Amino acid sequence: MTRIEESIPFDIYPLSETAIILQFGTRIDIHLHRRVKTFTDYLEKYRFEGFIECVPAFSSVTVYYDPIRVLQSEKNGGHSLSKNRSAYDIVCLHMKKMVGELTEMKEDSPREVEIPVCYGGEFGPDLEFVGKHNNLTPNEVIKIHSSGEYLVYMIGFAPGFPYLGGMSEKIAAPRRSSPRESIAKGSVGIAGGQTGVYPISTPGGWQLIGRTPVELFCPNDTIPSLLQTGDVIRFKPISLEEYNEYKEGVK
Amino acid sequence: MSIKINRPGLLTTIQDLGRVGFQKYGVIVSGAMDSYALRIANLLIGNEEGEAAIEITLTGPTVEFEQDALIAITGGDMSPTIEKVPVPLYKPVYVRKGSVLQFGPCLSGCRAYLAIAGGLDIEEVMGSRSTYLRAGIGGYKGRPLKAGDELAINTPGQQSARLIEDLSTSSNGPFSTTSWRVTTNFLKPVSVNTIRVLSGSYYERFTPESRRSFFGQTFKVTPQSDRMGYRLSGPSLQLSESFEMISDAVALGTIQVPSDGNPIVLLADRQTTGGYPRIGQVVSVDISLMAQLKPGDSCRFKEVTVQEAEQLYLKREHELNELRTGVMFKF
Repeated sequence: MTRIEESIPFDIYPLSETAIILQFGTRIDIHLHRRVKTFTDYLEKYRFEGFIECVPAFSSVTVYYDPIRVLQSEKNGGHSLSKNRSAYDIVCLHMKKMVGELTEMKEDSPREVEIPVCYGGEFGPDLEFVGKHNNLTPNEVIKIHSSGEYLVYMIGFAPGFPYLGGMSEKIAAPRRSSPRESIAKGSVGIAGGQTGVYPISTPGGWQLIGRTPVELFCPNDTIPSLLQTGDVIRFKPISLEEYNEYKEGVK
Repeated sequence: MSIKINRPGLLTTIQDLGRVGFQKYGVIVSGAMDSYALRIANLLIGNEEGEAAIEITLTGPTVEFEQDALIAITGGDMSPTIEKVPVPLYKPVYVRKGSVLQFGPCLSGCRAYLAIAGGLDIEEVMGSRSTYLRAGIGGYKGRPLKAGDELAINTPGQQSARLIEDLSTSSNGPFSTTSWRVTTNFLKPVSVNTIRVLSGSYYERFTPESRRSFFGQTFKVTPQSDRMGYRLSGPSLQLSESFEMISDAVALGTIQVPSDGNPIVLLADRQTTGGYPRIGQVVSVDISLMAQLKPGDSCRFKEVTVQEAEQLYLKREHELNELRTGVMFKF
């Protein structure tokens, strides 16, 4: 591991011979998140030759590359003296240079997304449990959940699944002791101090409090995920009628 | 022109080289477990190396050809036969209309690839034809193949057409094949496979004993292994001190260790991110070896540096290039 003391501290190390990790820290923290976001945007705008894709996480960015194209581009650039340099070394240099340039980068203001949720009933079988666990009525849980502002720290676990920060501790609840075999697409749940929405049907142990009619994973769209790292989202309570209308409207 | 699936086999899916560029949206890469075998199968019959093919797992399907076709079967040896005549692996095979391809016992490996000249006429989803089982997209209706499925085949390209012309007149049996073949190490039976590994970013956080065991002892592939990852059993791997791990990206071949101490090697259908400490990373060229292990098989891990892994990667690509050129001269 190489430690670079630039204006922005980070570690850089290989994940594999075709992927490199840039780590800005080891905490879940909004400042580190902004760094990750700014760096990702910058990298995608100024892709180096051989860049394949990058995956932003809570406090790191992983960059996938094609060693052959990286070496080819170095050769074409007339860098004949650096014959013994590996593609890994070259990508490290690209990354260090980019982080150095990062201080001048301006952050874009976050995109805001509203997600309608039909709370309780058949869609939220655990709403009451979450309330009881916190000495709240179901309506109070809904009010707290839907009045918060949530930051999308990263997308992972499932296609379009957002890791959200910002849920009130007042409605935190432990995972179910035995996970459900299948959780319906669109389910909104709570696990510990986290809340999330399931874009596809999967098994899971989250406490389910509602469901959204909105599609979070859209495989036929150019950008297949409704949400992206850095978005700010709000949940808006809707009735079952509105939920059904939304579903029909989409059809 | 099409082929018909009469019996599906254990897990028969359509795969190519995977869905690249969408991991930041949580979309997994998928693709062939043994992409090396898939690429060779395609090259042998004049396809683009990343063309979608049929991935076969342990128990193969029964496939009926409703039209003459040029195929190649690579990867594990699942005793393929056409009209009871054994079909050679790693060779272009010309199959006559009405022939039925069957698979028998699995003699080596865990996965075979059936590539067809022209490729499968299947729509791309997010730039790939790979089946993403969990999301139900890609491949054939987003699911494994079932009895009765009919897959349309595209018209073979010029290169393939030349080989078809040669082979179609060369014999009267149910199929005919070339006199040349590709030699491959996969056909050698191995009891203990040595898999080369980079030490992972959390390697130093494991106890000295765990680190010694990881690179010194044998691990076994458990039945809880699938396209997503292989769960291994062996010496328990423990952290010196537990710590709060936050999720970040994981790659093909990442070896992570949950708190039960049993390592998991992440493979084609892995999630894009993971939250367990990474003890190691299988080098790209040995993914094939790993993906061809079946439950009950054993492996050992041997440490290499990232520079060595990169050299192995470059050498492998160079060899594939030579194969590509070599095959072209045969047509």
